[in-house]
Amino acid sequence: MAEAPLLRLEGVSKRFKGARRRAPPVEALRGVSLSLAPGRRLGLVGPDAGGKTTLMRILAGLVTSDAGMVELLGAPPEQLDRSEVGYMPQGGALYGELTVRQNLELYARLRGVEPADSPERMEHLYRLTGLAPFQDRAASKLSGGMRQKLAMACAVVAAPRLLLLDEPSVGVDPVSRQEIWQLAMDLSGPGTSLVWTTNILEDAARCDEIVLLHEGEIRYHGPPQGLAGGAEGRCFSRQLPQGVRRKALQDLLLDPGVISGRIEGAQLHALTRQPRIPAGSGWKPVAARPDEGFATMLDDGAALQPSALAEAFPLRFDQPDQPAIAAIGLTRRYGDFIAAQDISFSVRPGEIFGLLGPNGAGKSTTFRMLCGLATPSHGRGTVAGRDLSVARAEARQALGYMPQKFSLYGDLSVAANLRFVAGAYGLTGAMQKAAIDRIIAALGLEPFLDSAAGLLPLGVKQRLALGAAVLHTPPVLFLDEPTSGVDPLVRREFWHHINAIAARGTAVLVTTHFMDEAENCDRVLVINRSQTIAQGTPDELRRAIPGGKVAPSLEAAFFSLIDTQRRALAEVEA
Amino acid sequence: MKSRDPLFWRRAAAIRAKEWAQIWLDPSTFGLVVLMPLILMFLFGSAVTLDVHGTRTGLIDLDRSSASRDLAATLSHNSYFHIAEHDSVAAAEPALRSGALRGFLVIPDGFERNLANGQSPAIQLVTDGSQVNTAALLASNLRGTLRAWTEARAREQDQSFRAPLSLIARYTYNPELESRYMLVPGAIGIVMAMIGSLLTALIMAREYERGTMEGLLSTPISIPALVLSKLLPYYVLGLASTAICVAVAVLGYGLPFRGSFLALFLVASAFLAAVLGQGLLISAGTKNQFVSTQFALLSGFLPSLLLSGFLFEIDSMPVGIQWLTYIVPARYLIPPLQSVFLVGDIWSMFLPNILALLGFGAFFFLRVTRAIKRQIA
Repeated sequence: MAEAPLLRLEGVSKRFKGARRRAPPVEALRGVSLSLAPGRRLGLVGPDAGGKTTLMRILAGLVTSDAGMVELLGAPPEQLDRSEVGYMPQGGALYGELTVRQNLELYARLRGVEPADSPERMEHLYRLTGLAPFQDRAASKLSGGMRQKLAMACAVVAAPRLLLLDEPSVGVDPVSRQEIWQLAMDLSGPGTSLVWTTNILEDAARCDEIVLLHEGEIRYHGPPQGLAGGAEGRCFSRQLPQGVRRKALQDLLLDPGVISGRIEGAQLHALTRQPRIPAGSGWKPVAARPDEGFATMLDDGAALQPSALAEAFPLRFDQPDQPAIAAIGLTRRYGDFIAAQDISFSVRPGEIFGLLGPNGAGKSTTFRMLCGLATPSHGRGTVAGRDLSVARAEARQALGYMPQKFSLYGDLSVAANLRFVAGAYGLTGAMQKAAIDRIIAALGLEPFLDSAAGLLPLGVKQRLALGAAVLHTPPVLFLDEPTSGVDPLVRREFWHHINAIAARGTAVLVTTHFMDEAENCDRVLVINRSQTIAQGTPDELRRAIPGGKVAPSLEAAFFSLIDTQRRALAEVEA
Repeated sequence: MKSRDPLFWRRAAAIRAKEWAQIWLDPSTFGLVVLMPLILMFLFGSAVTLDVHGTRTGLIDLDRSSASRDLAATLSHNSYFHIAEHDSVAAAEPALRSGALRGFLVIPDGFERNLANGQSPAIQLVTDGSQVNTAALLASNLRGTLRAWTEARAREQDQSFRAPLSLIARYTYNPELESRYMLVPGAIGIVMAMIGSLLTALIMAREYERGTMEGLLSTPISIPALVLSKLLPYYVLGLASTAICVAVAVLGYGLPFRGSFLALFLVASAFLAAVLGQGLLISAGTKNQFVSTQFALLSGFLPSLLLSGFLFEIDSMPVGIQWLTYIVPARYLIPPLQSVFLVGDIWSMFLPNILALLGFGAFFFLRVTRAIKRQIA
């Protein structure tokens, strides 16, 4: 390397006090050594609580290491020239009540750029982010994707030498995710190095280098292909028989020789522990993806057990033809704005039904109407045969709801939260204890029982929220972006539970931004701009794109469907 | 770190502009700055009073002479009493028991005769002992009124009458001896202490809670610039609240304003520096808006109310408590404030107080800049 590295870490360690008294200290980083040359882009991946955010804060000069040497931009951290570093913390650190312009100009001035003196810089940022038409809108009124882009603009406004983005694409839809990725590429380059953390391996793999951080240690640092290389020779696929998609996946995952599996179109993919074909016939070797390398590297060797969460659910196949969830022309207006228009679908017991769509399309509104949290302007919904407009309380008792935003008590401990939720659903005494113990064991919450829920790592929070939603083994389960922001391992674990719960006869309604997850659904409905634009099995959706072709993936089909509607609406307006 | 940031003021100005924009968008700031002073001034000025006016007093005139009538008329004209005549003790007693009367007065049969004989006739006062303060005040007010009436009457009848040597008290600065005159400037101090610490108690904690602190700390702004730019807008708001209080005091309650605006401005500014800094320190220390508000109320409001000499005279406190009052900023505000209204500018008394308050301000400022670490944990 001819040039001096931009960042240099040598044996850096950091430990934090435990969340409660007597708790052992948390070792966030253990002997991390890392260097990054100018102009390079680095994707930082790793499971939740693996130390990603701590490392980012050390790079931003906001956390001092306990041991080791840190050199940022060729200087010790206390001499760091902060105007040369653009840091976007998780969540963006925006002022929601202030406008886009006020936020951007505040950060510009703080970073030493006077907006009036460099109009072309501001212009450039507005154009790149597509925020120009929204300059006077309050940041809190932006869609999730727009907000993240604004936060990125705030970080990069002074054209820093180092750009640090902590989870810029968490919780955004595939369309916005693409745009955010593109924006990150546009904002970094020869003069600006980039470090970004993400749980989406596909995005990280498009960087020059990838760092995998697990349990505070670097497990991999090198080119993205190298990460996938670890799984080379262990990836196989075979044709899926019709109608048994999920069953086939479940059986595969319980094979002790298999690390993970997924459904893609009509193919079942498997990742094995040894370079050996899994049990069954028709397997063909395929190329490994980076996330498969990731899973291989983090594999603890333990076979996935049958979901203990699902085993508590009673079998519910007594009325297979009566819909467990029904939406009949659900419409919700807020003043002139129609948040959801004429949404109709039904979900049978044991079915997983996916609601897909960009941020702000109307998914959450539909969800909330079916949970009884919003009253439909028109139409009606039933849950487990109970009409929400008349028997709201019974309908609520029959469903488990995992909201998009963490909604448990942040200052209560994990155990106290579970006790509270159990009590709220009428579980008492021995029943309550049994239900809580089951959740703790099935979701591995034991080490966190005494921690305040608000201080948990994201993946653990999500597990707690899932546990709280299924405590009372409801016949209907609503999951609003359950896997948003969690790492690939937790995602696999979640879908393992969801599939198993559905197999007991529970109806599951789920929203997600990950199209590979949507492949787990029996049927999906795509909403955009408050309207249904497609409904059917994942396979039908791939065939629903214009031109009579079959989309190579559900994601491609999704993009195509959204684009078709966009163009149709543009024609109508013209 | 120690090198001077050439953009110090620019960066501070950026935060200041942001604070103003947030203040402007937040209706609760208006409530805190405008409505709260009005409400508190109303409460302290009107409801809290140490005077007894219009005490409901019964009068039973058993003499029915011209002298007794004259006395009754004198009492009726005195604003301390609200006289209701009764025919007999038996008629007045139930009214006393029910609380309709605070006490009653019996002018005995033969009152005028005894008076003419040069004897001093006895008058009976029956009071409601369960209202100790009112009863004591009623008795002392009555005693004074009776003495004045006796002297006046004697002077009318005998020109050569010489009243016995008596103390003539001159109640300077508060000639009407209205407790309001003392209470209202004190109330202004309480209002300022409360608003000052509440205003700033929220603002640092809010940045931490919303995660925006991480964004701010990652920029090159220096911590003193951050603290300073957080203080200035709230200092202006604090002055606005003070102005509202002073306007209410002068226009609403008719207090004199014998000092100068300059003195008021300097004293108020020094006090705000102390309490705003105190709120900011609480805010930066707790990083939690709820805890911070509670703490600000406890540490700002209560000591100011109890230990500033506003309600309870410091001289009559136990020595240990007297020492404690020296760390209550309001102690240095209320005496200058009272004299600005009632006496005038006494710079020899203002300056030490202003210096003490500025000392508090500087202390808190330094503590805050050290309490905010460039660390996110």
